[in-house]
Amino acid sequence: MREGPVDGIHDLGGKMGFDGIDVEAGEPAFHARWEARVFAMVRAAGVAGALRNSDQFRHAIERIDPVAYLTHGYYGRWLGGIETLLIEAGVVDRARIDDRVVALGGDRQAPVAARPSAHPDVVAYWPTEPHSRRPVASAPRFAPGAAVRTRATPVSGHTRLPAYARGRLGRITALHGGWVFPDSNAHGRGEAPRHLYTVAFEGAELWGDGAEPGTRVHLDLFEDYLEVS
Amino acid sequence: MSESSHQALRAEALESLLVEQGLLQPEAVDDVIALYNERVGPMNGARLVARAWIDPAFKARLLADGTAAIAEFGFEGAQTEKLVVVENRDDVHNLVVCTLCSCYPWAVLGLPPRWYKDPAYRSRAVREPRALLREFGLALDPDIEIRVWDSSAEVRYMVLPQRPADGAALDEAALAARVTREAMIGVARL
Repeated sequence: MREGPVDGIHDLGGKMGFDGIDVEAGEPAFHARWEARVFAMVRAAGVAGALRNSDQFRHAIERIDPVAYLTHGYYGRWLGGIETLLIEAGVVDRARIDDRVVALGGDRQAPVAARPSAHPDVVAYWPTEPHSRRPVASAPRFAPGAAVRTRATPVSGHTRLPAYARGRLGRITALHGGWVFPDSNAHGRGEAPRHLYTVAFEGAELWGDGAEPGTRVHLDLFEDYLEVS
Repeated sequence: MSESSHQALRAEALESLLVEQGLLQPEAVDDVIALYNERVGPMNGARLVARAWIDPAFKARLLADGTAAIAEFGFEGAQTEKLVVVENRDDVHNLVVCTLCSCYPWAVLGLPPRWYKDPAYRSRAVREPRALLREFGLALDPDIEIRVWDSSAEVRYMVLPQRPADGAALDEAALAARVTREAMIGVARL
């Protein structure tokens, strides 16, 4: 089952209304111990078999509560993703976590980012080898310099074609060989390696007359996202 | 109770359950903190930049195949299976973002700063990079082309900044000390 939002809150490229950049001089890797706790729990979720690959993890984060996504920060999003996967895998249950929060002096009514599904995808395999690069038997369909148009139709579930670049005309600038296909791997439907390309888009193609002059955006896109233009 | 206090408690609660089940050692947290505070951070990327500035052959290799060029440095850390280094020039400025999550070249730059992961940066870097960079204090001449790299797959990007004009007399270590995390993401020039 492919679950998850079409055009989820995580797909932030080009969204308007977010202002302000707050740079912290000499920023540490972690601002509080709980952030490092969350980082360490990612590995624990792997040990438990609840988290099998990074595509599955990214998708779990995309499925958390959208208000929490915007307000809980990076490690708050990770916490929501990890809790989601641990509950879906049956490693912990929601009531036990809530009870432990209360036992530690916390508020049972506090907002929780995790949104586990009652019918989650099952990722029943581990990566066939480390990392994400994989051989692909077929030859790449596009060559450097080729004009391509991205798929215009949104899909449900995990994907790495941002909404702002759907249905847009671009040009191939680099070939990267075969890589695990996140759209499949996140849902436990196999690594299904695909050719990966860097595609350059002119600012005006993405943003129309409002584009800043002399800007170009590059995206790394899988072959399935691309059509001959 | 603040939002982050709620998350701190929930993280502690979840961690305690995982520890009780033998899935996590409590000391793992200290290992993570030590790794990313002491060994994996922007000081690694700064070494690459300084070397590229003084060694044209290394710079050529770094730009041609970043992954192969950095192998000799033996950096720890994940998230850099394929590294592409993009070079700033007088007429080209590069800017790195991940609009869909917060992909970042951990092995060379460490964990990303908070602003890199926030919605404002992720949403604006692709639509209005010039306006965004002005807020970082970088007003680029309109003739300078801006190339934004939205890290949408497993390729990771790092910017090779231009060598500062007043750095001619500096040795490699002193040059590395001049390189900032912001310059290697592309929100500053040196």
